[in-house]
Formats: sequence, C-alpha cells, structure tokens
Amino acid sequence: MLELFVYGIVLGSIIALGAIGLTLVYGILRFANFAHGELMTAGAYVALFFVGTLLPRLGIPNDPLSPFSFGWRMVVAFPLAMAAVAAVAVLLDRVLYRKLRQKGSTAVMMAMSALGASLILRMIVLILWGGDYRSFFPGVLRPAVELPLGIKVRPDQILILAVATVLVVLLHLFLHHTKIGKAMRATADNMELARISGIRTERIIVWTWVIGGCLAAAGGVLYGIDVQIHPGMGWNFLLPLFAAAILGGIGKVYGALIGGLVIGVLQQLSTAWLLPTYKPAVAFIGMIVILLLRPQGIFGGKD
Amino acid sequence: MSLLAVERIRAGYSEEVDILQGVSLQVEQGQIVAIIGPNGAGKSTLLKAIFGILRPKEGRVVFDGEDITGLPPETVVRKGMSYVPQVRNVFPSLTVQENLEMGAFIRRDGFFERIEEIYRMFPDLREKRHQKVGRLSGGQRQMVAMGRALMLDPKLLLLDEPSAGLAPAMVEMVFEKIREINRRGVAVLIVEQNAKEALKFSDHGYVLAMGRNALDGPGQELLRNEEVAKLYLGG
Repeated sequence: MLELFVYGIVLGSIIALGAIGLTLVYGILRFANFAHGELMTAGAYVALFFVGTLLPRLGIPNDPLSPFSFGWRMVVAFPLAMAAVAAVAVLLDRVLYRKLRQKGSTAVMMAMSALGASLILRMIVLILWGGDYRSFFPGVLRPAVELPLGIKVRPDQILILAVATVLVVLLHLFLHHTKIGKAMRATADNMELARISGIRTERIIVWTWVIGGCLAAAGGVLYGIDVQIHPGMGWNFLLPLFAAAILGGIGKVYGALIGGLVIGVLQQLSTAWLLPTYKPAVAFIGMIVILLLRPQGIFGGKD
Repeated sequence: MSLLAVERIRAGYSEEVDILQGVSLQVEQGQIVAIIGPNGAGKSTLLKAIFGILRPKEGRVVFDGEDITGLPPETVVRKGMSYVPQVRNVFPSLTVQENLEMGAFIRRDGFFERIEEIYRMFPDLREKRHQKVGRLSGGQRQMVAMGRALMLDPKLLLLDEPSAGLAPAMVEMVFEKIREINRRGVAVLIVEQNAKEALKFSDHGYVLAMGRNALDGPGQELLRNEEVAKLYLGG
C-alpha cells in the first residue's frame, strides 16, 4: 500500500508536469489545449529518436549510469526533446491557434481545433515510429532498491521525482523572480492591462508555449523512463491532466501540481482493488468527488 | 503645439454603431483637462480610442507631435502616455510591488528611485507592498492603479473615473493626489462622473453628449455656465 503511494507520487509528478503546462496556457489564453497530451507523446518519441537512432551514430556510448537504467544518451536527449517540443508547441500556436484567436473564434471552435491538432500529432508519431510499445533501452535490467518500511522502488523512479521537483522549482523561480515570469503572471491576470503597461503579450504567449512544451516533453520522457512509450500515451494522459488542472483550480500553477499528485496517488492506489485499465476513470471520479466538496478546486477562488 | 490633439475621432465597438461621432479635444503641456457628460456620452470610449485599445475609424490622434492614431496600447505607452482604466485596473494576484514593477515594464533605468517616489506619494502602499492587490480595499487598489501608471513618468496620464465606487473621504484623497501628480508636471486627462469636483481643479473642460462635443471652456467657466449646471452638475 505504501509502495503504491510512492508509485502514485512518481506518476503524479509526471501528470503534474503536463497539467502545469495545460493550466499555464489556459491561464493566459483561456483555452483548453486538448493537444497537450500529444506534446508529451512527442517529447517521448523525440527522445527515442535521439537515444535510439541519432546519438548511437554519433558514437555516444549506451552504458547505463549506475544505478539508473540509462546513460549519457538520455542525458543529452532529455533537454533536446524539451527544446524540440517547445518548438512544436510554438509552431502549432503560430499556424493554428493564433490564427483562430485573431479571428475571434469561440471556445468550442478552439477546443475542436486542438482536438484535431492532437489527432494529427498522434498520427505523425504513428507513421514515423509505428504503433508498438517501445522502450528507451530495451533489455536493460532495472533492479529495485529497498527503502525503509519495505518500500521497493527503482532508482529511476527516485530520479523522476527529483527531475520533476527541479523543474517545478525552476518554474517557480522563473515566475516570481524574473521580469518575463512576472509579466506572464500579469498577463494571465489581465491581458488588456498588461498591454496597457507595455507588455508585448504575443511574446508572453510564445513564452507560455515554450514552457508548456518543455514541461510536457519532460513529463513524456520521464514516463518513458519509468515504463514504456506508445503513440496513444499522451491521449491516455489527457483525462488525468485535465482532472489535475481542474482539481487544482484551473489557471493555478501550484494547484495543478497538487492536483497532479492527488490524481497520480488515487490512480495508483486504485490498482490495489481495480484493474489498471480503470485508472483514467479513477482520475475522473476522484476529480468529481473533490469538486463536489470544493467546487472552485483545491486552490481555486479568490486571490 | 498641444501635447495631445484629438481630431474628429469616430469610433465604436461594432461595424455599424459609432459611439464617438467626430470628437475633438486638446490637452496642453501641464494641464488638467476634464471630460464630463451623461452616461453613454462616449467618455470612456474616447480614452480607449486615444490609447489604441479601440481603433478609430476616422480622425487623428496626435501626441507630442507624432501621429499615434490606431497604434496598439503597448506602443502608445512607449510614447510617454499612461492610462488607468475604470475597472480591472490592477493585477489582483500580483503583489503591490509587482504591480508597480509591471508599470515600469518598459523602463530601462531609474526603477528603484521611481518606486521610492511612488511609495512617498502613496505611503499606504509601502506598508502593503508584499500583499496581493486582490486583498486590498477599493481605495488602496485605486492607488495601486495610479501608482502603476505613474511608474513611467508619463507626460500625459489618462484617468477613467478614478473616484467611482470610492468612499467620500477616499474620493477627496484621490483628487488631491491628482493635483499633486499634476504639480509635478504631468498633464492629466480625466473622465469624471463627479463633474463639479473635477471642473474645480481642471484647467479646461469638455462636455460630451451623444458622442459629440457639446461645449468646452475653462473649468471655472463651465462651473458657472447655467446650461452645464442644469444638465450635468445636478442644479
């Protein structure tokens, strides 16, 4: 049980990375990006391309950095995957979402176009890499270590938690201690007043997609390190991402973080009684129960 | 040459309806100019059209010798004009200090000196500088809103109904601050419901009705004008 809780925290930290990006984009653009899960998928597959195809050709060795299951290839691929997905997210905004925004499209049209974008991204992954489950490092042994209280975890999982924590801390520092970060929060608060203050909000929107894309890619790669990747993974993440973001009060970064952890833990604990197939349903039932108790979300409501 | 010259502006929120039907006005260097008139006369719309939030369909806005007609607000603010909207004029989830920092977003230097000046002008804000603005009272929010706009040392400050919804004591304080800001050399263009009070300290006043210029003249003169008194000053 305790072990499932720890696994839930690991899964929750991955969900949180996606949900934070989702909530940031929503906060600035009031737009539910249904393609956010696919950004996670894209991150995982870009990393797969680097660790499985490009970096081996460049002669970067594959020896795992003990005690982890991966080596230098992943260390190099990780930031590259983040950068690539940030570019994809910015591009998607440029060619699609921004055009619709400028035409004054309704929320429903925006959501449907995001749904379409998610299908396109998923199909591109499917065409390029096929539909199989893939591992970053097939055949590498992944022994678990035993922590106090008899909790067995893999060193990879501890690292996932550490990386997610570092990213969230970096995001916090960015949002509260840099000029662009503060301007981003100001834009989320009141875009018209931000423009009146001289903030070029189109640039802030680009920053938002960069950060959302980076965090989604990180989540996708970390998920791949934990288990396996497949083209439908982002789609499967979409419900938990939304559940986490809504649970935390949509638009609230720390809400999405806590929401992610709650959803991750709920999902993993449920496997003690239910088939893992029910995990997405558990995410939503958890969300509904908490929202019935606190309709504004855990952190929602007045500032 | 006037600091601000608005020439026969037509503007509105839809294709068909023009709220402003050819309004003109001037603000000279260092003046306080009041725009008064009944609800729906287009007073707030005029400020929005000047600042580029609303694109004029016809007419020109010339500021400091430069044609700024139709430039977006993030560009207009860089010319040395600041604007305080009537509502939603602060960033509620940011602290007082962060709100002021956003006011200085395009400022390159002198930030710390300026923020000190603002805190000297609004001492209450210094005490609350690490509090979120969403938790402040209406009067304090209005101070944050004005402080944000002043962070740039603007040549011209546009104020939309700064006294709306405030307690009488706060209204007096806000008007006193406007006079103080003006004494420091900032020209002020103010839209005010509280027309009598506004005209008392204005160098010039414009009366707007149905989206057109109805009347204008020095503030004291408009106060004595019987027609203005009957229609807009409550007898």
